[in-house]
Amino acid sequence: MLAADEDARVIAGGQTLVPMLAMRLARPARLVDVLRLPELSGIREEDGSVVVGATTRQAFALSNPLIQKSVPLLALVLPWVGHPPTRNRGTVGGSIANADPSAEIPLVAVTLGAEIEAMSPDGPMSTPADDFFIGPMLTTIGLGECVSAIRFPVWKHERIGVGFHEISARRSDFAFVSAAAQIAIDEEGRCIDAALGIGGVGDRPVKLDVSSLIGTRLESASLADAIAAAAVGLEATDDLHATADYRRRVAVTLCTRALEDARNRASGEQFPGVAR
Amino acid sequence: MKIELNVNGARCAGDVEPRTTLLDALRDNFLLTGTHAGCEHGVCGACTVLLDGQPVRSCLMFAVQADGYEITTIEGVATAPGEMSVIQDAFCETHGMQCGYCTPGMILTAHALLEQTHDVTREDIVEAISGNICRCTGYGQIIEAVEFAADRLKKSNVLRASTAAQTGSAEGHDAPEKGVLETAADAPGKGSK
Repeated sequence: MLAADEDARVIAGGQTLVPMLAMRLARPARLVDVLRLPELSGIREEDGSVVVGATTRQAFALSNPLIQKSVPLLALVLPWVGHPPTRNRGTVGGSIANADPSAEIPLVAVTLGAEIEAMSPDGPMSTPADDFFIGPMLTTIGLGECVSAIRFPVWKHERIGVGFHEISARRSDFAFVSAAAQIAIDEEGRCIDAALGIGGVGDRPVKLDVSSLIGTRLESASLADAIAAAAVGLEATDDLHATADYRRRVAVTLCTRALEDARNRASGEQFPGVAR
Repeated sequence: MKIELNVNGARCAGDVEPRTTLLDALRDNFLLTGTHAGCEHGVCGACTVLLDGQPVRSCLMFAVQADGYEITTIEGVATAPGEMSVIQDAFCETHGMQCGYCTPGMILTAHALLEQTHDVTREDIVEAISGNICRCTGYGQIIEAVEFAADRLKKSNVLRASTAAQTGSAEGHDAPEKGVLETAADAPGKGSK
């Protein structure tokens, strides 16, 4: 149906598409509702990954024990996605396909190196999240294709910590800047793996290279050095809400806080609950 | 398109265009005008209804998508005609409304929250109603109303729907007494659900 009509659009939760229809920003000739296709929904563990079906509701993912245990970074950011009523309808795949540069779920996908799975008339496809997002509201999804699932890698390390910070005008509004971090440490507190991503700064979420942290004890000085090195040449958007300079400056601060939280949670100094 | 929806426990049949939102169907086809049309693009929360007990924005879904859900509107929260729910009463008593436009959405959101637990913190309430805008900015009294209602529900012997269903089916005519005992036993601890 999608492939046959170039003016057809996929609708699932409708929490972004319906406002666009209401404001006549989108005028599809036909809507294909995928929400009740059972194969697109649900959360399962598979080959060392957690696979989240595209039409899984954000509220369902938020309360899912597997997500909380195996993809703690996603569990941490979900309370920041919209409001409770929009999370009850909004889907994980919808947020991915919408590709808002400041959205939290795409940020987690890029930070953790998730794979975006899609269905096309030619069969299933899989794209690394980093290649999937190509610009504001732009992805590699083409005509007649539909996101089917997001495959989040699961870190096997014993001691993992996650951190997330964002800044916005009001609670749950679009973030000017957001930062997500996941860190694994060994028994002696040395970093064995680190991932850091920022959203809202440029026209898509980006992963920063903080591999220099591996082997350190994640002291504040090493964090500052790693972030400064990783943030060189960071592209930032200038708009009504915030200047590019402001976004760059805030990005460094929020990255520091996210990494510190992740470090403290990994070492058990901070209660691993969701803070907002 | 023909639709048949379950609204406040009653079957409501109608003929709508495919593009009709649930909000418009409720108001125009079923004349349930308590659900308010505010921004009509998902920002204000005035159109909030409960789908299987969970708050959603009725302006952001099509009437045809609501098939198979139990829909609750503000008309469906009162216990009997002429009565008001505990939460509605609390909104009256603490002046949790000014112009009243956001009130149905606020009350349904509060219903969904207090259905889960009566032990709510101010932070829980703020988070729950964060998607509902009060243009009069009367948030102070709205939060107070929800706190008041939570407190009153906790102290009363009113059973929440799920507990009532459980005790009702298992205990037959003993249900009321059993309910009182259970609620009393639960009182010092967390919500029973």
